[in-house]
Amino acid sequence: MTASDTHRAIDAVWRIESARIIAGLARMVHDIGLAEELAQDALVAALEQWPESGVPDNPGAWLMAIAKRRAVDRIRRQQRLEQKLEEIGHGLETEDPAPEFDAVLDAVDDEPIEDDILRLVFTACHPILSPQARAALTLRMLGGLTTEEIARAFLVSEATVAQRIVRAKRTLSEAGVPFEVPEGAERAGRLASVLEVIYLIFNEGYAATAGTEWMRLDLCQEALRLGRILAELAPEESEVHGLVALMEIQASRSRARTGPSGEPVQLLDQNRALWDRLLIRRGVEALLRAEKLGVPPGPYVLQAAIAICHAQAVTAEETDWARICALYEVLARVAPSPVVELNRAVALAMAYGPERGLELVDTLVSEPSLKDYHLLPSVRGDLLTRLGRLDEAREEFERAASLTRNAPERDLLLERAAACASG
Amino acid sequence: MRFLMMTTDDRSADNPPDEAMMAQMAEFIEEMSKSGVLLATGGLDPRATRITSSGGKITVTDGPYTEAKEVVVGFALIETRTKEEAIELSKRFWKIVGDGEGVIQQVFGPGDVPPGQ
Repeated sequence: MTASDTHRAIDAVWRIESARIIAGLARMVHDIGLAEELAQDALVAALEQWPESGVPDNPGAWLMAIAKRRAVDRIRRQQRLEQKLEEIGHGLETEDPAPEFDAVLDAVDDEPIEDDILRLVFTACHPILSPQARAALTLRMLGGLTTEEIARAFLVSEATVAQRIVRAKRTLSEAGVPFEVPEGAERAGRLASVLEVIYLIFNEGYAATAGTEWMRLDLCQEALRLGRILAELAPEESEVHGLVALMEIQASRSRARTGPSGEPVQLLDQNRALWDRLLIRRGVEALLRAEKLGVPPGPYVLQAAIAICHAQAVTAEETDWARICALYEVLARVAPSPVVELNRAVALAMAYGPERGLELVDTLVSEPSLKDYHLLPSVRGDLLTRLGRLDEAREEFERAASLTRNAPERDLLLERAAACASG
Repeated sequence: MRFLMMTTDDRSADNPPDEAMMAQMAEFIEEMSKSGVLLATGGLDPRATRITSSGGKITVTDGPYTEAKEVVVGFALIETRTKEEAIELSKRFWKIVGDGEGVIQQVFGPGDVPPGQ
């Protein structure tokens, strides 16, 4: 094995093991920032030693052993310092603290590492941090990504990400955020914070047009992987399965979302043969797991159910719009928002005719949060066209065109406006 | 990146898997699902049917085949960030199985450009 082969092998081991190592250490030192530093120390040791000695038989255990030793050194140093201070104060000798560390080490070996990983997820996604900071910390600690990789994925500088991570660690440490899985009333809110971060990471990758920026697609993969991990760690949470289902279904359309010259292709115009059947199947399975829990569906479960309605229609014409309407209705109650209402209006129009859709869209026209949202006039223009009110439709398409920042979309909207004018 | 890890010969004809090995394998598979890596896995019937198409003539031959390495006996479809990660997981698999042979091939997905394009 050459040195660079070894480096790549170390890199692979790190990606597989780092979350477990950081999580295990965090339970010892009660500080995820310090745990990550200790894990990094172990990685440095591997980079120094493995090119000479070769990759050990059980590389994960090797890294963990080194990191634990560093942790114990660190705690001993700290204790000696405190002891010294105490001796100065009282002039007393204290007992050898060693047995206590061994007890700590044994405890680390006893408890299942999965519990620690779940604690790590909740701590890294603590709502005390901004969503951007949570995302960076999560990718670093649970995804094993380097600062450089995170920076490339989020299209920001490495220094920005590094600073975000340092600040986030400090914030958690100063606030004394405990390394634990929240229970009781706190849990739901904290879980929402975790899911928000995973979906943010996914959308950061998904919003970019596919094909050219491979790193962004990787971000979708990272989010999916985090979601799949979480689904195994917290199988009793229906919204986790809902989010996984939603991401699996959305990811299944990656290949169909852009045309040959990179232009976006709308859902109903996509070539369904390009949808990834494996991911659709996984999405359906994830939703079934959520439904089996028998709790009222949350926003992710409902969005996933809607996505699956589309996935199960062999052609766009066969879409079960009545069911989609019903799901949007529940979603609008569970998580009301003008954007959900707009989507519901589209579904209503598809299921029961353009009048029904327009009725709802007209109630949204005065909605301040949709003032600059190009899809509102675009949807309204479409419904007016279908009702033969072409003059009004043209105005809406022109308005939509002036609001969108996406050039191919603008062209399309202006084309539709022109078509209205020529009758 | 998606990889298909296939076992073409696990010497199971000579050494049928024992309970300890099965338990270790179950644990390994569980760990792969828990780390979000495993997409699908399965075992294959060694009595494969071979189809050859040549000059417009299609020949169908039913197995079993004498050479163990001629057919795939098991597979795992995994998703990892790098090829090295797939190799590392494969090494762990073979540490459990013992002697045998297999192949790892990348499965192209969206965002992967197949070589030569």
